[in-house]
Amino acid sequence: MDFSFSDEQQMLQDSITRFVQNDYDFYDRAKLIKSELGFSADHWKLFADLGWLMVPFTEDDGGLGGSAADLMVVMEEFGKGLVIEPFLATAIIGGGLISKAGNAQQKQTLIAAIMDGSLQLAFAYAEPNSRYDLSYVATSAKKTADGFLLNGHKSVVLNAPAADKIIVSARTSGNTNDKDGISLFILDADSKGIDIQSYRTQDGGRAAEVNFNNTLVSADQLLGTEGSALPTIESILDRASLAVCAEAVGAMETATAKTVEYTKTRKQFGTSISKFQALQHRMADMFIEQQQAKSIVLMAALKLDHGDNIESSKAVAAMKSLVGRASRKVGQETIQIHGGIGVTDELDIGHYFKRMTMIDLMFGNSDYQTQRFTSL
Amino acid sequence: MNVTFSPSELTFQQEVREFLNTKLPKDIAHKVKNDLHMIKEDFVIWQKILADKGWAAINWPAEHGGTGWTSTQKYIWSNECAVAGAPAIVPFGLGMVAPIIYTYGSDIQKKTFLPGILNSDVWWCQGYSEANAGSDLASLKTTAISDGDDYIVNGTKTWTTMGQFADWIFCLVRTGAPDVKNQQAISFLLIDMTTPGITVSPIYMLDERREVNEVHFDNVRVPKSNRIGDENQGWTYAKVLLTHERTGIAGVARSKVALEKIKSLASDSNHGSSSLMDNPIFAHKVAIIEIDLLALEYTELRTLAAISTGKAPGPESSILKIKGTEIYQAIDELKMEVAGYYAVPFVTEQFDPEFEGVKVGPESAANSAPLYFNHRKTTIYGGSNEVQKNIICKAVLGL
Repeated sequence: MDFSFSDEQQMLQDSITRFVQNDYDFYDRAKLIKSELGFSADHWKLFADLGWLMVPFTEDDGGLGGSAADLMVVMEEFGKGLVIEPFLATAIIGGGLISKAGNAQQKQTLIAAIMDGSLQLAFAYAEPNSRYDLSYVATSAKKTADGFLLNGHKSVVLNAPAADKIIVSARTSGNTNDKDGISLFILDADSKGIDIQSYRTQDGGRAAEVNFNNTLVSADQLLGTEGSALPTIESILDRASLAVCAEAVGAMETATAKTVEYTKTRKQFGTSISKFQALQHRMADMFIEQQQAKSIVLMAALKLDHGDNIESSKAVAAMKSLVGRASRKVGQETIQIHGGIGVTDELDIGHYFKRMTMIDLMFGNSDYQTQRFTSL
Repeated sequence: MNVTFSPSELTFQQEVREFLNTKLPKDIAHKVKNDLHMIKEDFVIWQKILADKGWAAINWPAEHGGTGWTSTQKYIWSNECAVAGAPAIVPFGLGMVAPIIYTYGSDIQKKTFLPGILNSDVWWCQGYSEANAGSDLASLKTTAISDGDDYIVNGTKTWTTMGQFADWIFCLVRTGAPDVKNQQAISFLLIDMTTPGITVSPIYMLDERREVNEVHFDNVRVPKSNRIGDENQGWTYAKVLLTHERTGIAGVARSKVALEKIKSLASDSNHGSSSLMDNPIFAHKVAIIEIDLLALEYTELRTLAAISTGKAPGPESSILKIKGTEIYQAIDELKMEVAGYYAVPFVTEQFDPEFEGVKVGPESAANSAPLYFNHRKTTIYGGSNEVQKNIICKAVLGL
């Protein structure tokens, strides 16, 4: 058993910490959120130049190793600065699906493009009626002489507005709820028959409703084996869950620190409100929640790196359950302790609250994952 | 980073299992696993077995007779002990006073006291709390007035756990002048319980057990050579070492075993037409506790890992106390819920291992409520959980 960082992990953490501290001003971020692209192309190029986009990939794929522990290191630091660049959607989820399911040619061209920063991806899997059930896929892929015809509606597809390519889950056989019969396809975002309705998300990102209307894809756009994509999807979304939970740990740490600092400067009744025990113990609780979250993210990362199996899925479910509750609580407390200023748009703290709240709703919220934990 | 055991750690685990399997007396393990009443000899027998093996003092430095184990070895040890039903080590000698003696004591004190502690020949108890010095421990009033080579001690200590068995007591007493600030007026004394002037009176807990006592000091003469370190520095010694002895305070291994037992009982128990575990509300409560416990296990492992790299356990270790006791109590509550109606009968005789009558209800149910009542103490003792939060606020958050 060893919990220490490798030299590479330490260097990675240091460089991201510096980036977040020096180059990720909250007010610049606010402008980026409202810009046309929604994030900074310069930052993305920097991520590529510094090799951060290589982190999620194995050495066989030309990456730096791709361990869950590495993802944890990156995302925790990103969480501290509320980094909005689509590292999750493109590098972790999109890249993860290609790495896990793609054939040699797909891997070679696409992963290289992700790592050099020239390819943006989005994964369209959720549907209006699926909630968090990954086997619920109503979108159909009907075999034709030329390939497959896609039809269906995908919900809240992260990074779809900026994506060059979209990976979509669709049913090639079976009933809407069957575990078998789900396939993945990768296609250009501007393909004929795709309608992308873009919008902002609560936490400063971009997403879209994506509709497929008789969208034709060829057989070589299939990602992985026809009909057996569910385990791939589950596996990659477990890694995505780890990533957002690590991000939440970073966000909770910063939110707690900012709350503590704020109470020291805010004076009421002739004294700093940090002197009030009613507030002090709530901040101690925030610290405890954050530390417990950090511990269980570490556990899940180590289990994922030890093997992709029931045990790691159970660890991820436990993690998502706890981090969901912890980030909800820390978010609510940070706002309450800040008082009125906490519910304004101008202060950064409310934006930490928003991101932490949304993280719980991604990839199965706390209740869903608690039940999954029990059933596994 | 990795979560696996190395080959040598696996060998160690095997050695521990072998040892527990052959050396842990079966009757003692039976008592532990079934929440039956333990007697003094049970603890002493077990600790002497450990001492023979050299495993009595897992946290002491090797030079004083400790194991010198790594944090992973300690983790393996506590897990295996919990699974096997080994009794908890009585902490007052091995866990509490010994580190003070080997860290701050004189060579003579080390030579005099450490062997008896290591071999469990001498039973120690703790004289910290007083009637009006609970969470605010430093406000204690027991005095030690200088008289030549001795102190004359007067006052009353309370909540003295298993003090009725003790040969020696370690005490915090006031040696400073009345106008000196509490923290700079306290000395640390080791006192022979057979000294004239000491009387011990019982306090009965909600389970009607004599677990704690009051210890009265009426002009008790204590040699100054039994003082640890300098006069009026006792508070510092006691405080520094509080953070050091948190290994195992979270009780993770014990809670894991208890929770597994609850899951098994709840799966077997009838809840109308289905098992209690099929009740989604109960299953949800179990899952939340289990998940909290997983997180706590890694919080403890992180703390142990930090210690093994030479860092002192920080005030973060207060988390272990807070979450560990909250989870422990939540498990007690579940156990009582599993018992249902059979938590109600209070038939104390049947907790005696010698009891030969007809037992009322299932064995797992009988002691569930008494333990639930008794274990409310856990969030109160050792610095109440509110005091632990004060520590986090002051030492971690800088409030």
